Amino acid sequence: MNTRGHGPTIGQRRAIWAWGFLALPIAFYVGVRFYPTIEAFYASFTNWNIVGRKDFIGLGNYLRIAHDPSFWKVMGNTFAYLGLGVSISLFLSFIVAYFLDKVRIGHGVLRALYFIPHLTTAVAMAWVWRWFYQPVPVGVFNVWLVELGLAQQPFLRSTEQALPAVLAPAIWAGIGFQIVIFLAGLKAIPRSYYEAAEIDGAGPWRILFEVTMPLLRPTIVFLVVTSSIAYLRIFDYVYAMTSGQGGPLDATKPLVLKIFETAFAHFDMGYAAAQTVILFVILLAISLAQLRLLRSR
Amino acid sequence: MNAVRDSPSPIVVIRNGGLDLFGRRLAPGAIVAWTALFLGGVVMVMPFVYMLATSFKYNNEIYELSLLPREPTLDNYRRLFEKSGFPRWFLNSLLVGASTTTSVLLFDSLVGYTLAKFRFRGRSIVFVAILSTLMIPTEMLVLPWYSMARTFGWLDTYWGIAFPGLMTGFGAFLMKQFFEGVPDDLLDAARLDGLNEFQVWWQVALPLVTPALSALAIFTFLGNWTAFLWPLIVTTDRALYTLPVGLASFSGEFQTEWEMVMTGASVATLPTLAVFILLQKYIIRGIMLAGLKA
Repeated sequence: MNTRGHGPTIGQRRAIWAWGFLALPIAFYVGVRFYPTIEAFYASFTNWNIVGRKDFIGLGNYLRIAHDPSFWKVMGNTFAYLGLGVSISLFLSFIVAYFLDKVRIGHGVLRALYFIPHLTTAVAMAWVWRWFYQPVPVGVFNVWLVELGLAQQPFLRSTEQALPAVLAPAIWAGIGFQIVIFLAGLKAIPRSYYEAAEIDGAGPWRILFEVTMPLLRPTIVFLVVTSSIAYLRIFDYVYAMTSGQGGPLDATKPLVLKIFETAFAHFDMGYAAAQTVILFVILLAISLAQLRLLRSR
Repeated sequence: MNAVRDSPSPIVVIRNGGLDLFGRRLAPGAIVAWTALFLGGVVMVMPFVYMLATSFKYNNEIYELSLLPREPTLDNYRRLFEKSGFPRWFLNSLLVGASTTTSVLLFDSLVGYTLAKFRFRGRSIVFVAILSTLMIPTEMLVLPWYSMARTFGWLDTYWGIAFPGLMTGFGAFLMKQFFEGVPDDLLDAARLDGLNEFQVWWQVALPLVTPALSALAIFTFLGNWTAFLWPLIVTTDRALYTLPVGLASFSGEFQTEWEMVMTGASVATLPTLAVFILLQKYIIRGIMLAGLKA
């Protein structure tokens, strides 16, 4: 350190201020982020059940996961949410953004109509959709089906239809965000690129696939990653639309609901912690893949 | 900042003149596309329209799926506020949201400022450490938080609901980016005027980043208003429920009274809609900024 003067130098005095400013935040991040993370990892190797002791059981919880059919059922559901949710929502939001980008009249109003669902409380909207799915004479969807001369559908009461029925409002609420991000990406593409392509005689489809899509790559990667993470963590809509059960017969139960049940209904904290570690590893892999994809250009 | 520069230029419209929806001459395809976009937008807001319309209907009218109530009534709202935990839940959400947002604004901007404007040993370690917390999923942390809250007696308290969100790595990162745009000369001039470091931050630097602060405030408040998992875990006392937790518990009380459920959903949604209508510009710009940074 600098020992030339008497007392602290300006640099040292600044450093003292800096650590002073950071003292409380560092205490917070250590106490409420890092220590709990370590505790969760450690707990995943124990038989912790909130009241009893934490005994180290090695890989016991992970072996239990491997042989737990309900865990694999839940993983299947989670990846169904992920696969359907990401592909359908990005397809729809890209189409809307692609055309919305070209609209000048009423641009702001149209964008607002698509964006509004994104700001809502999931639990509130879950009720609205749950109401829509009710049988005749309550639910709008079935009323419409009957008016069209079609058969009523069970929606949330069927093991086959329940998962898509829960996913629909999640997609509905999510695409507003994706549209806004796509619009930002589209605006960042210089007009001259399009003009050059038009002069070369490229049609709208060729421009879409050879100019727009490649230049949108960072935006697409960002949205695939953020929406994958969101659908992997789906919880609010499922909980609210199935009264916290993930039913019928676990047909809609995602990983986070299983973690919630394991921890706070059965108080099997060690086992729940192991499941959160699995979620963490998947999320980490997705984020690392994002870095990889953005760098390899 | 990029979002501002790249905003669509009105010049396009003027240059082409006349009725112009798509930056070129009005083709039949353009009209079809505009109409399709508009209809899609209407479909997007249909759930709100149904929700609000039903909240103004008497029970005997809800099976008629007409959009406008025959006899609009505020009866459901009155009953909701008299006979359920709703007023309390509303206040709880407001209280937790406001105090969390205040804390986030204060501490995230302090951390962002320190990391952007001070040079000291360990700075980059602190920055990377805080940034790395963005990778830790809440679902993993709720288990230790719960046992922590249980040990310290924070279950069913406002502090218990609020403490995990008092600072955010995202906010600190966002504020750091913005403080980096504040010129050092300005801060040095303030120091020469005899302000101490705290005053330099509070009186000189903070006012220069108000756009970022307002964006952070909006997102933090909305995030807290809709937060579900942790409040659901930490509260079992109905008097401490936040709005989403209360709404999720709603089915028992008003089992088949869908007009009451829709009224509850409306009350939970209207504040966010109001925020959006008032602050649309900041919200959209904030999201675009976050997207472009990534």
